[in-house]
Amino acid sequence: MSLSLLPPEFKIVRDDERCIACQVCVRQCANDVHVYDPEDDWVYSDYSRCVGCHRCVTLCPTRAITCVRNPLDFRANANWAHQVITNLHKQAETGGILLSGMGCDQPQRIYFDHILLNASQVTNPSIDPLREPMELRTTIGRKPDRVEVHCEDGQVKLDTQLAPQLTLETPIMFSAMSYGSISYNACVSLARAAKQAGIVYNTGEGGLHSTLYEYGPWTIAQVASGRFGVHPEYLDVAVALEIKIGQGAKPGIGGHLPGEKVSADVSRTRMIPEGTDALSPAPHHDIYSIEDLRQLVYALKEATGYEKPVGVKVAAVHNIAPIASGIARAGADYIAIDGLRGGTGAAPTVIRNNVGIPIELAIASVDQRLRQEGIRNQVSLIAAGSIRNSGDVVKIIALGADAVYIGTAALVALGCHLCQKCYTGKCNWGIATQDPYLTKRLNPNIGSRRLVNLIRAWSLEIKEMLGGMGVNAIESLRGNRDHLRGVGLNEVELRSLGIKAAGQA
Amino acid sequence: MKRIYVNEEYCIACRLCEVHCLVQHSQSKKIIKAYKEEAPQLMPRLVFEEEGPLSFAMPCRHCVDAPCLDACITGAMRRDEDTEAVLCDEDRCVGCWMCVMACPFGAIQRNLKGTKAASKCDLCYGDEMPACVAHCPNEALVFEEREQ
Repeated sequence: MSLSLLPPEFKIVRDDERCIACQVCVRQCANDVHVYDPEDDWVYSDYSRCVGCHRCVTLCPTRAITCVRNPLDFRANANWAHQVITNLHKQAETGGILLSGMGCDQPQRIYFDHILLNASQVTNPSIDPLREPMELRTTIGRKPDRVEVHCEDGQVKLDTQLAPQLTLETPIMFSAMSYGSISYNACVSLARAAKQAGIVYNTGEGGLHSTLYEYGPWTIAQVASGRFGVHPEYLDVAVALEIKIGQGAKPGIGGHLPGEKVSADVSRTRMIPEGTDALSPAPHHDIYSIEDLRQLVYALKEATGYEKPVGVKVAAVHNIAPIASGIARAGADYIAIDGLRGGTGAAPTVIRNNVGIPIELAIASVDQRLRQEGIRNQVSLIAAGSIRNSGDVVKIIALGADAVYIGTAALVALGCHLCQKCYTGKCNWGIATQDPYLTKRLNPNIGSRRLVNLIRAWSLEIKEMLGGMGVNAIESLRGNRDHLRGVGLNEVELRSLGIKAAGQA
Repeated sequence: MKRIYVNEEYCIACRLCEVHCLVQHSQSKKIIKAYKEEAPQLMPRLVFEEEGPLSFAMPCRHCVDAPCLDACITGAMRRDEDTEAVLCDEDRCVGCWMCVMACPFGAIQRNLKGTKAASKCDLCYGDEMPACVAHCPNEALVFEEREQ
């Protein structure tokens, strides 16, 4: 075998004065970086295999380990940057498509960081959410054009029949992550947390493990191009259904769960033979037009007695506004749009980093377009693709979303350190793996507690921000772009976002 | 009484329970000092079992009907009146290892390096929570009262 030209990405620095050779690092590293030498009674590190997941750093009882970027740098070159050169070396050695996990890590402009929120001063009062009620409850689904009511014995009665709605206690949902791509314990953590927080999680394309049926009222069941795990009971137990057309990390690309990850349990849940690759085609082979999509939307509605919302998830691409308009007209109850920075378990790096548009621009243009066409009430909009904190939630709702999907943020709450090696199946945090040695590392009792804490913390912060703006319900913020101002954005960007520049009244 | 219970499905085989058990029963109770200076005399007071992906810590069960109490020829092994824990008085232990033979869980070990006495879990006597439970990173060990 010829010499690999790839330099190690990270370097393990072991403080000899603190290391007690307890071997916790040795036992915790799935990449075999740390090795104990009984002859010397010492632990050595071959950091060429280190992925920078910080499992050893976190568990070391004496804090003897530091993981740093390997200082080896190529000669400075703004064009042929470090990553460009190592990617070339990798491809020259493997001859394959470069894979990555998680969302786009390139310095594409993050519009959230160029948008500022408003607050009330003097002329309109701010609200203290600790003293006054603040409404975060959100309903996802088709809203009627108008409601007809009549009075009966002094009570107002609703005549209009409402479309099925999905009720969330706070406008945050856990986005689609399939059983198979993530571990059973990760799925349980998400399901339990969704139930406790009064929100929903999404099965992704992995079907629903039979032990999770009890969380059905907090489950969105996804129907994707591979149709894995789709059967009548799966549709029946869920509270809403979602047709997945695309994903922000890899628009236009299908999915591929390697056979090694298709364990007996995954095979039963996905309804495919054990050990076989689970290939999700790039398109749905029965959807080549909006009319075809309409057929599937109504097939699912028919199958579930028109009792639950049916949504469609698409990636944010250049023509997202007319696409969303078509989806609304196809009868979808909600549209989930996944932006450029959306995460994944595995995607070709070149696709992940180069295809799609940021979610901020996508939501702004879709909301604008649906309003212009007078059909905004017919669908709810769910924004996905790197919602990192409660500030992002407030900003994207003010740009026009009804609620957000969080995937990466939820995984980080579960312990993910964004090492981007999900596709190797060696997740040291027990999240993106099916290895029985590793999946145990995520205790769903701890995981669900951490997720519930995250949702609670964000909800409190959202209430504070709303209160500052003098708004007492999240509904009043939706599409209210007057509360936003842009900094460091050019005129075209401001126009696309539909917001004024900071300093403009 | 409160006992240490194991949720083996969440044991990640890091063996931090052993590390912190050793430290807790050291003179200094300082992890680096305990390992670098006192370690040759010390050993963890729990047994760790591991086969394939299955692993768990096995501290003394502090049985209601503890065979080690009957087996002990010197009366070193006794039941603490306050906590109901089974404790070993290492000064009285003569190292006959009958307790080791009698223990149905294999939870008692011989400390041949230090005290030359039977080494077993004392539930970190006097502490609110045993060190192994307090430091288990994945809550695989719990310290609680359960119906027998």
